[in-house]
Amino acid sequence: MSALALPPTGLRFENIDKRYGGLFALRRVSLEINPGECVVLAGRNGSGKTTLLRIASRIVRPTAGKLSFPGAANDSAAGRPGYVAHTTMVYDELSAEENLVLFAKLQDVPGPAARAEELLCEVGLFERRDSAVRTFSRGMRQRIAIARALIHRPSVLLFDEPATGLDPLGISWLAKTLGEVNRAGCTVVMSLHGESEISALATRAVQLDAGSVVADTKTGASLRSILSFGGA
Amino acid sequence: MALLSNTATLLGKELRTEFRSRELLTTTVVFILVVLILFSFAISPTTEESREFGPGLLWLAILFAASLMLQPCFLREQSNDTLSSLRLAVSDPFAIFLAKLIANTLFLLLTEVLMLPLFAVFYNIPILPKLPLLLLVLFLGSVGISVAGTALSAISAQARMRELLLPLLLLPLLTPVLVVSATVCVALLDREPVVHWQGIGFLAAFDLIFLTVLWLFGEYLLEE
Repeated sequence: MSALALPPTGLRFENIDKRYGGLFALRRVSLEINPGECVVLAGRNGSGKTTLLRIASRIVRPTAGKLSFPGAANDSAAGRPGYVAHTTMVYDELSAEENLVLFAKLQDVPGPAARAEELLCEVGLFERRDSAVRTFSRGMRQRIAIARALIHRPSVLLFDEPATGLDPLGISWLAKTLGEVNRAGCTVVMSLHGESEISALATRAVQLDAGSVVADTKTGASLRSILSFGGA
Repeated sequence: MALLSNTATLLGKELRTEFRSRELLTTTVVFILVVLILFSFAISPTTEESREFGPGLLWLAILFAASLMLQPCFLREQSNDTLSSLRLAVSDPFAIFLAKLIANTLFLLLTEVLMLPLFAVFYNIPILPKLPLLLLVLFLGSVGISVAGTALSAISAQARMRELLLPLLLLPLLTPVLVVSATVCVALLDREPVVHWQGIGFLAAFDLIFLTVLWLFGEYLLEE
């Protein structure tokens, strides 16, 4: 896995509120994630994990509070987080390669075609590079979504249930890939349900409930306890 | 520079997607063709009536076809949440609008250029003498329709009843463009053609004002 384009970056959430009409999705969330950490967000459905990740990706603006990226060198494309959501966020009618080249070009990645080919090899889709994404299986779509998030060598990666649709081999591949980017200094924040090869990478677990942080730990037993609770 | 390069990249994507599927172009061309033919047969206008009412019918057909064409503009970005990935990737969100409105204008102009000879034949109106000015009016009118339509498409794509909302918002907003474009075209296609520069100036001003508003506030239209 290729090195980062920028120095490692952290994330700082200060008193973040997010309200949809009268409903609080997040309430007074304050969290400091250090550069290079691998953090798992756990919690029941509707606890606010996805909203927190979407705010971190800057797709959604918080109703109140402040988000910052300590250590971020500048506002260049590589300074923007790589984000994998529930949906693939790629174009079904374009081929795998066209999608990756498109997002590489938009983010000023040097040698977009070469970078796209490199990632297609890494995610195991090189043979299907000319096929339209609409012909892909759920697992293959997830792989292309992950490749899109990695295309600009981001210093922060945000993954919302990244194992969705992946078979056991795919999960092992993802765990290996995430481990490599994390060791290269990339800060990884992901929401997960239950323990897996991927959750084993976590150096910290944060539990959310009803939009608030209810537990935050780095120690072994508590970490495992939060991770096993994640799918409840 | 980033705005221009992002716009060029996204415009390439819009054109590639459309020329691969030809969904929008086919729908628009067929719709305008059907409307022009139906009106021609239903009214059977004399040459004088054609000169008077033909341009209005042409612009009405263009406007309705445009509302069909603009509907999927941002709706397409909803299915896989690609609008979010674009917002994450581009340095200036205006590039997303600019690429879409240039693509929409090109599709609309292409349709109009294809339809113009048929319009001349069905309504027995000689268009060649004033063709350059006619093309200028078509260009300015199409830009106006595309700018306003692209902005409203972004708004309506996130709303409930989205299929109904776009025409409901678009048609009243574009009434001035329709009226002025038709009036200028009627004067151009008259037996003794007159150029309504005031009308052409109005269309240019409409385009410029809406483009500026979109540039200033477009970012907010893309937010969840």
